[in-house]
Amino acid sequence: MVEKKSGLDWVLDTLNIVLLVGIGLACLYPFWYVVCASFSDANEFLRHDFVLLLKPLKFSLEAYKYCITDRIMVGYRNTLFYVVVGTAISMLLTFLGAYALSRKGWMGKRFITLMIMFTMYFSGGIIAIYLWVQQLHMIDTVWAILLPTALSTYNLIVMRTAFANVPESLIEAARLDGASEFTCLFRIVIPLSQATIAVVLLFYAVARWNDWMSATIFLRTADLYPLQIFLREILLTSSADNIISTSGGSTNTVALAETIKYATIVISTAPILCIYPFIQRYFVTGVMIGGVKE
Amino acid sequence: MSKQSRQAKAVAEKYGIDTRLTWDKIKKNFYQYRGIYLMLIPVLAFYIIFNYAPLQGLQIAFRNYRPGRGIWGSTWVGWTNFQQFFTGPYFWRVLRNTLLISLYTIVICFPAPILFALMLNELRLKKLKSAIQTVSYLPHFISLVVVCGIIKEFVSSTGLISNLLAAGGTASNLLMDPTKFRAIYVVSELWQTIGWNSIIYLAALAGINQELYDAVAVDGAGRFRRIISITIPCLMPTIIIMFIMRIGQFMSVGYDKIILLYNENIYETADIIGSFVYRKGLIESNYSYSMAVSLVNSLVNFLLVVVVNKISAKVSETSLW
Repeated sequence: MVEKKSGLDWVLDTLNIVLLVGIGLACLYPFWYVVCASFSDANEFLRHDFVLLLKPLKFSLEAYKYCITDRIMVGYRNTLFYVVVGTAISMLLTFLGAYALSRKGWMGKRFITLMIMFTMYFSGGIIAIYLWVQQLHMIDTVWAILLPTALSTYNLIVMRTAFANVPESLIEAARLDGASEFTCLFRIVIPLSQATIAVVLLFYAVARWNDWMSATIFLRTADLYPLQIFLREILLTSSADNIISTSGGSTNTVALAETIKYATIVISTAPILCIYPFIQRYFVTGVMIGGVKE
Repeated sequence: MSKQSRQAKAVAEKYGIDTRLTWDKIKKNFYQYRGIYLMLIPVLAFYIIFNYAPLQGLQIAFRNYRPGRGIWGSTWVGWTNFQQFFTGPYFWRVLRNTLLISLYTIVICFPAPILFALMLNELRLKKLKSAIQTVSYLPHFISLVVVCGIIKEFVSSTGLISNLLAAGGTASNLLMDPTKFRAIYVVSELWQTIGWNSIIYLAALAGINQELYDAVAVDGAGRFRRIISITIPCLMPTIIIMFIMRIGQFMSVGYDKIILLYNENIYETADIIGSFVYRKGLIESNYSYSMAVSLVNSLVNFLLVVVVNKISAKVSETSLW
């Protein structure tokens, strides 16, 4: 479409670009600031006039020496376990539920759909969940992290919508040839819904990686803590002295604690930032499917 | 059980089909779809165990719960816990904070992604457009703990934002100042959600028929004319449904972010119903009282969704179910 731009249009376009670039920078800059701060020399960083950092002040890796501690490694290990096993359980349940809900003709579908949807709008709240998990004797076990949040109704509905798009004739034909429902699910429906599966997998995995609430509520033993709990301690609840209990001598403890916090943010967020560019193209699909009702 | 089922019944009667539910039919259906029922077992087990079974705990709102005596064995006290909440000193504080934070968040963070999507839609440079989109989704994927960690660092007395705001003067820790908390909450919420929430509008914008634009272009409509008479009307159904969903969540402010950010000094403006329940119940182990508060909140939430949905179904024929 070729249009002749008027003077006003030209001004508006420029203004639009400036504003949008501004928003983009506002979204990105905090991360860049964090990275710069983490690589800065601690004393130099505390002394600077709190102007916008464009590059590290006097490049230093000291903060990283302190932030990679045993506890962080334990957190990393546990989080990897929760992400891998938790996402596997979630995906399996979501496949089964979504397939059943996408098929027509079975009795009770209406009732069960209603029963599942109801949980999106009414829940007993955290106290009820906590007391119940306690009754199940799952407090302070990995099951308390893995099971109560295993299925997300939102993701289940996204998946069901995708499964319902697979032509029914394909499934009916396979059924007539003697294929079981399980074969239909794993051999026909799943291979035909890969884009949505990627999105749902991503939603589950990111939620697991970021989950700190379940661990705060259900876990007591530090050996089971995911990374986020250690992060919370370091970033939000501890004082400078706790962070560098081992540091001695010349370094300014308060200053170093600051850069250690920034370094911790970097090493805990790096995995997500690294895979982000490769997965972000799937988002639009996922959000759109979720937005389509019934 | 609406028009549809009545019509189905009428058709069945006309052709002499037996619509009565018989044991035989149930058995046949169950056998035919046995694979599906088998698949449903773990899924239903999940919903029953982790969504419905916990509901039995709601009754402790009416009891004086003692862990040793269990949920069913604790003394029944009726409305005492509710009375204590409604007449207690914290009722107005948490209600006011919940309503205000929710209101500010909706006023600022609901229109922003729509404007952002409209602006992106006007951007002709495709590469720049996708770069800005990619960057704007990023905050959505960062863990809340890290986001709050960044916020706390930025607004601390040595932080970037508090020092920029102090403009050369002595900066103070903004999270210690009750008058600043809501602004911090809403601005960070905007940062977290503006990109991600714009996706649905961008998708709707991409679906607008290009011929509509060409038609008004022939009529000599300028850019603003195009946006007002085509883009916005085409976007309206999406906006309405998103608004309904948002209003339905009015009372459920994200308390996890509050818990991560607040401290005793700013309870006055920061403590909301969710964080109050968490603190009373899980930190102070005052289970019955916090369950009563939580139950009130859940019921109000639920009613809100139902009412808002009823209204919208009447007014705009767009509804969630």
